[in-house]
Amino acid sequence: MYALREALAAFRRAPLLTGLSAAMVGLALFVVGLFALAAYNLQLALESVEERVEIVAYLREEARTDEIALAEQELSSLPEVESVEIVTKDEALEIARRELPEFREVFTDLDVNPLPASIEIRLKAGHRDPSSVDHVARQAGQYPIVEDVRFGREWVDKVFTIRRMAAITTAVMGIAFALVALLIIGTAVRMAVFARRDEIRIMRLVGARDRFIRLPFLLEGALTGFAGGVLAIALTWLTYRAVFHWVFSIEWIPLSWVGAGLLAGVLFGTFASSLAVRRYLREVGE
Amino acid sequence: MIKLIDVSKEYPRRGLALDGVSFHVRKGEFAFLTGHSGSGKSTTLRLIHMADRPTSGEVRVSGFSSSRTSPRDVWKLRRRVGFCFQDFRLLPNRTALENVAFALEVTGAGRKAIHTRAQRLLSQVGLAPKAGAMVHELSGGEQQRVAIARALVNDPLVLLADEPTGNLDERATRGIMELFWEINQLGMAVLMATHDLELVRRYPNARLLELDQGRLVYDSAAAEAGEAV
Repeated sequence: MYALREALAAFRRAPLLTGLSAAMVGLALFVVGLFALAAYNLQLALESVEERVEIVAYLREEARTDEIALAEQELSSLPEVESVEIVTKDEALEIARRELPEFREVFTDLDVNPLPASIEIRLKAGHRDPSSVDHVARQAGQYPIVEDVRFGREWVDKVFTIRRMAAITTAVMGIAFALVALLIIGTAVRMAVFARRDEIRIMRLVGARDRFIRLPFLLEGALTGFAGGVLAIALTWLTYRAVFHWVFSIEWIPLSWVGAGLLAGVLFGTFASSLAVRRYLREVGE
Repeated sequence: MIKLIDVSKEYPRRGLALDGVSFHVRKGEFAFLTGHSGSGKSTTLRLIHMADRPTSGEVRVSGFSSSRTSPRDVWKLRRRVGFCFQDFRLLPNRTALENVAFALEVTGAGRKAIHTRAQRLLSQVGLAPKAGAMVHELSGGEQQRVAIARALVNDPLVLLADEPTGNLDERATRGIMELFWEINQLGMAVLMATHDLELVRRYPNARLLELDQGRLVYDSAAAEAGEAV
């Protein structure tokens, strides 16, 4: 109770200092928030590109209906496979006419349909990496009724290279921004602790326990971190709205990320505060 | 109560601050610790308050030993030993009452008891009428009275004072000394560091311990008993 009252009193006694601390924390976490917004939208964009990853197994002319049905059934049961669709020769011609209008006349005047039937295989999310694609393509290619299997190996490789780079960049920059935020929060809290050094000395003088001395500062750090987290989320949301209205359409980060941001603010604040107080108590001596 | 056994303290840059000091202050005793600047008076008080540890020897205070008390448990000793400083060390942005109440609060006193007890302590040091005054509105002597009231919050067994009259004029000094004497008459041991020999002479009944360059060179109790220090 005393600790909470003192932590709140710190905001009242030195509003400028605590306000500045919260603003510094807020700005540090805002940079993390902007990065999260960019990373999340990049992730969505890559997922939509990955959804287009498809394996097409072209069938021989002589493939019988029962053989095709068996292949369809077996391929559907593979754990990586989301859906399998048979495209008959007639359907292939219809699609070609629809999607390639500049060749419509060529496809209209045909005596014989030259397009092969095919099995189109879509993979589940999380199984669209090159090795899974390769594995399913090899399985499809083993059927004697399959003449050729296509899946755009280079395309898949490029998509996954970009994905891997994005993941590494996100992790490295996320950690770097988090460290910067931690340093800033630590500095802000140390300023607050230093401003109250006389109180700490007197507390020790009259026999206050160290944990009793620490607790108000930890709560103050947590509150500062929370206030900074709220500020960071507000600034990130304003940026999101501005980009959405005036630049291009993007998605807002999931609520769980918002919660994680707030929690990070509180934890960073508490942790930085804990380090600062511990260090200061050591400097003051017994 | 307070026992120093062959205590030495050496600082890395300053060198030897105390050199084989031994003395014993008993319950209810009033002792002056005198000596020139740098003779080791403040170091002795810091060691008794366990703000520092001896390089060799042992300090025993009310059942706590410097060689056995862990830093985590020093707070227990602090509640048995009050401390007053020359520069008062009050919180400047609070009233006299709030300064005493703060010490009570951080040592875990109940909220209801804090106000009553802080008022009573201020009355004891003769400052009840100025309980609501901000620290900067008080004279030096009054600020020292607040500091003494704060030192008494835990009902300590011993009161340490490091040059408590060093910043005060003659009249305020007399008042503060009378207060220390009254506190001592209630049964609390007082160990006061001062370089003011004129002040010491006014209290011939008090024990005198004199330090010179970190060594105990005179102990009136030992002299009376015909013992060497």
